[in-house]
Parts: sequence; structure tokens; C-alpha cells
Amino acid sequence: MRAAISKAEIEFNVASRFGDAFRIQEKPVVETLSSGIKEVDDLTGGIPRGAISELHGPASSGRTSIMYSTLAYATRHDEVCAVIDINDVFAPSAAAAAGIDFNRLLWIRCGGSLENAFKAADMLLHAGGFGLVILDMADVAGKDARRIIPSWWYRFRRTVENRPTSIVVMSEEPCTRSCAALTLELKGAAEWSRASVEPSNVVPMRKPAKRPSVTQGNLLRFNSIKVNRQRPLSPWVNESQFRAFG
Amino acid sequence: MFACIHAPQLPPDLSLAEFAYGFSPIVEEAAGRTVVIDAEGCELLFGSAYQLATDLSRLAKEPTTNGGLESAVNIALAANPDAAIHAATRLKGITFISAGEELTCLGALPVEALEFSLVNVEKKLADEIFETLRLWGIRTFQDFASLPVAGVSERLGQEGVRLQQLAAGKTERHLKVKQPAPVFANSIDLDHALHELEPLSFIFARLLNQLCATLNAYALSTNDLTLQMQLTDQTSYDRTLSLPFPMRDHKVFLKLLLLEMEKHPPQAAVKAVSLTCDPVKPRVVQHGLFVPLAPSPDKLELTLARLAKLVGEQNVGSPVLLDTHRPDAFNLKRFVLDGKHSKREFQNSNSVLGFRMFRPPLRAVVQVDHGLPAQISAWNKQRSVYGKVVNVAGPWRTTGDWWRKDSWARDEWDVAVETGKPGSEQQSVYRIYRELSSGAWFVEGNYD
Repeated sequence: MRAAISKAEIEFNVASRFGDAFRIQEKPVVETLSSGIKEVDDLTGGIPRGAISELHGPASSGRTSIMYSTLAYATRHDEVCAVIDINDVFAPSAAAAAGIDFNRLLWIRCGGSLENAFKAADMLLHAGGFGLVILDMADVAGKDARRIIPSWWYRFRRTVENRPTSIVVMSEEPCTRSCAALTLELKGAAEWSRASVEPSNVVPMRKPAKRPSVTQGNLLRFNSIKVNRQRPLSPWVNESQFRAFG
Repeated sequence: MFACIHAPQLPPDLSLAEFAYGFSPIVEEAAGRTVVIDAEGCELLFGSAYQLATDLSRLAKEPTTNGGLESAVNIALAANPDAAIHAATRLKGITFISAGEELTCLGALPVEALEFSLVNVEKKLADEIFETLRLWGIRTFQDFASLPVAGVSERLGQEGVRLQQLAAGKTERHLKVKQPAPVFANSIDLDHALHELEPLSFIFARLLNQLCATLNAYALSTNDLTLQMQLTDQTSYDRTLSLPFPMRDHKVFLKLLLLEMEKHPPQAAVKAVSLTCDPVKPRVVQHGLFVPLAPSPDKLELTLARLAKLVGEQNVGSPVLLDTHRPDAFNLKRFVLDGKHSKREFQNSNSVLGFRMFRPPLRAVVQVDHGLPAQISAWNKQRSVYGKVVNVAGPWRTTGDWWRKDSWARDEWDVAVETGKPGSEQQSVYRIYRELSSGAWFVEGNYD
């Protein structure tokens, strides 16, 4: 008790010189942005704002689908979004089919330059006002991703802190290390609604009505999502790792 | 006290307003070779008001070489400008009307002499009122002024009341001082030609400061800023900044100009700089309370300009799908936040399927077994696709634009390629196609 009073006295005496520097800052509850996929939202609580989230996994594991879904949800809710496309792989036709509103989407094609992509991300984050910034590094080789200087990630994390911007990094291997508030590791593959078609030399022309179960892109995905939270999203959440199958 | 100068025989090449500016800076140009000046505060220079009128009359008769008008002028001094105008246009010589004595001087003037435009009454309506007054037997200012105001208001309306106040010399207004038309342009000729951007930035900053101050003074903004520079090789360097929204922040303009200059540097040293802008009304937007934040227009413009400099103008923007069935047909348009909220209900469905487009498509070697792809091998510097095809769907034939040189005809397949060890479940799903014209196989992208 005596120690507590002394501490209060000291704080009171130095308050005029140092303000409330000695007070413990309470961490505010983190707001989240929905990914647009109920299962993912149930698992993760949503994509945290003011923090970096990482989606990593091999090709065809569903990273781009989650990205499109999140973009569609965000743009339909008047968020201004940006996609930093390092290898120029963003497909507008598929994105439109996913429901993304292009009027609120800024697409930056970096022509394979990792350096330009990071500079572009830095500019966007400093400009402020973007609800979701996606850094698409999914086609960057693992050895290149590992060479990224960690200070970039710290810089990004620091920039978006206390701002309503979510950064989503898509990669093949984890690269943001401890800077990501949320890491989703995706494992899984797309499968057709029917396993395959019969071998046939007959080419279906324009009207695939005779084979309704197999249409182009009519794929189902069975994903295994591993969630890893580097930092607790909110004070009462203390889970570090769990696995779920969707 | 106001002084009205009326020059009935003014030579057409002389300006009465310029003559009046020699006596007072506050000059109203009325119709019919008449000007009104504000004589308040001129006592120190010209003595009494009557002395001022005498000086005006004397100087007007002087030749033009001495600053005169070479003609006789009528001058009237009154407490309100409208009474002075009536007196100067109707009475010769110098007339001095004390405050409250307007009707003493002007009472005998006919009602038709009223300058109805001074109280914003249209000619048609004024003629009707004059006709009514004539029928009533009202002939002079004095008669009109002596009518009861309530009766005039009932019978002639508010226009009648205003005309009556004009006749009585009781109107109150400020002089409509003619302002020079604002110029939204600034230029500077340099003593020494400048080669580098940094010293030019100081020139830009100075010109933009003045330009934005002018815009600010008139509560205007601009969305079109034109830079013209004369170069030492006798050519001209013109650039135009077209902004999606009107702005008037000189710092933003300066940064945008510098970024534009860095992207398109002039070919020679600069010897003259000129900046022009089109003034428009500023943008007024009422944001919703619950609408998410968006980048502020000036910051967004700056960021877009910096991004365009970094990755190229053709690589930044919003995608727009083209009205065609051609695969991967899109355009990039300039990213503009229009503030419209086309909020549609987001449908949470499982049909969202990500696709990653390989640009350019990856040339592939495909082994075909019984008409179906069985093995695929494709690579370039960035990526490689190879392995056994374990699942396949298709083909889907698409053709189009057969009347053009760049027509397309191809068979598309979706294939699952075993990417891990043989027998493992790790697969990647790709879209491949075979061009019908050449028979070559390509990997268009992968489903993700």
C-alpha cells in the first residue's frame, strides 16, 4: 500500500514535466474487417485493422480466393482498397465475378520489382485513408521473400498502427515474421465438383448444358487453415494457435 | 457626400472614369457618360466639397494634355449617389444638395426622369407605373414623394415604393465600384536560364503562391493548371495538370508540378515560366457519418502521381472490363474517388474463385493421351509449371473477332497438376489452352 502511494506521489510530482509518460497505455480493442467468408471469420475473428495479416500457402491453396472475397466485402462497404501486384497476376474478370467494386480499387502493377512494390506500399500507407492494402507476393520465390529486410515490415506495422488500415500480405512462405498480427497458413487444393470428365474427343461448343456439373472454374476447395496470432487481437483472447478444417 | 460628373459632350476617345480616378479611388460608372465618386475624405486634398466640384469643373475644361476632358461637365454633390445622378444629368453646372434638401432641388423634375434601373425596376414595369402616375395626375418628383407610402405599396407594389424613395432622394446604397477582371495567371522572365529542377521549384513556388492567393481571394479553386515554359532552344514546354477535383493548395500543386517535371523533363534550359489556371467553384461534399474514411483528394493525387513516377503511368489505376469475350480484356483508367456510394448487399457465397493470370501466358509442352493432357512442362524466368496431370476438365472452345487480325480461337482446359511427390495430395490447378491456329499450348494462369 505504501509503495502504491509512493508511486502515485512520484507520478503526481513529475506529471508537470513528463505528463502521463509513466502510465500504462491500455491497448484498445482491435477493430476487424470481415474476409467475406464466414468460416474464416469464425476462425480468426476477421482481419485486424491497423496491423499486418499474412496469408501464405502453396499455389491453389485458396489465397487469392480469400483475397478476392475480402476485397469484395471491403469495396462493397465503401472501403477504399489497393492491390499491389508484384507479378501482374490480378485477373479483373475473375475479380469482377467475385463482386469487387472496381471504382474503389486501386491496382498497382509492379512488373516483378519487389523494391517498387514495397515503395508503393509505403506511399499508400503514408497517404492514409485506405481501408485495405494487399501486397500480393504469392508468386515471389521463397529465397527472394526471405531476403526482404525486416525493417520494412516493422515500418509498415508502425505506420498503420492506430489507423483503420489493414495490410494483407500474400506469400508462398511466411515472411513477415513477428510483425504480423494474424497469420493464416493455407493448405489444400481445389477439386472439381465432379472428379473428371470421360475421355472424349468431342469438343463441347459454347453450350455445356449436357454436362452441367462440370463448368469451367466450377471448383470446390477443401482447405486446411492454420491460424497463428502473434499478438492477441483483444485483451480477452489468449489463443495462440489452433487448427481447423473447413 | 457623393459627387456625380455628367459629361454630355464627352469626346468618344476619352474616359470619364479615368478622369474621375484622379480625384477619388472609389468610382462608380453609371450609364450615359456619368460617373459617381465618393468624395468622403477628399477634404484634405481638395478642401470643401464645393471646392472639389469647382476643381472638377475647371479641370474638365482643360485640354487632354493637362489631364482634362476638353468639354464642360455637370457636377452634382449630394448625400446619396442617386440624387447626385439625377441632379447632374438634369441640371447644368454645379449643383450642391444638402442632406434632406433633395426635393428642394429635384422636386420639379418630371417623374419620367426617374432612373428606374438604379433601384432594379424593369423598364416595362416602370413604364406601367409612370402611366399609372400620369393617370393619377402625378407629374413631378415632389408629387410622387408626397404620396402616402402605404397607398403606393398597395397600388404599385414594392417597385413603386422603391421608385418613390428614389424620387424623394432617400435611397441608401454603396457605390458599385468597378473591379478589374481577376487574372488567374502568373509569369516570370528569368534573367539567367535555369537547367535544374531545384531552382525552378522556387520559381514555381512563388508563382503558385500568388496564383493560389488570387484563387483564395475570390473563393475559387482550380482543376486545370497549365504550365508553359520558354526554353533556350526557342521551343515551348507545355504541361497541363488535370485534377479530378478542384483544389487551391499551393503545396500540392508544387509537388504535382515537380513530379510531372521529373517524369517529363524539358529538353533545354528554361528562360521564362508562365502558370495559368481555370478557376472553378470549390468542391463541397457532405460525407456520411458512418461512411468509412477515404484518402483526402489532395493526398490521393500526390500519391497517385508518385506511384505513376515509380511504376509508370500505365500501371496505376482502376481496372475496367471491356465489352468483349476476349480473354483478359481490360483497361486501366485513372483512379478517381467520385464519392458515390453504390453500396450493394454483399453476398457471402462460396462461389468466389481466385484466379491468377500469367502475363504473358506461359508457353508449355503438353503430352496428350487419348485427346486429354497427361503431362505438362512450362517455365520461364519467373515461374515454372511441370508435372503429371492428375485431373482434367474441358475443353471449352472460345473464338472471337474473326474479322480482325488479332482474332482468337482456342480450346481451354482446367488441369490439376501433381506438384509434390508422386502420390501426394498436393496439386495445383491451372488453366491451359491450345491455340487452334498454331496448335501451341500455353498456361494462362492458375486457380488459387
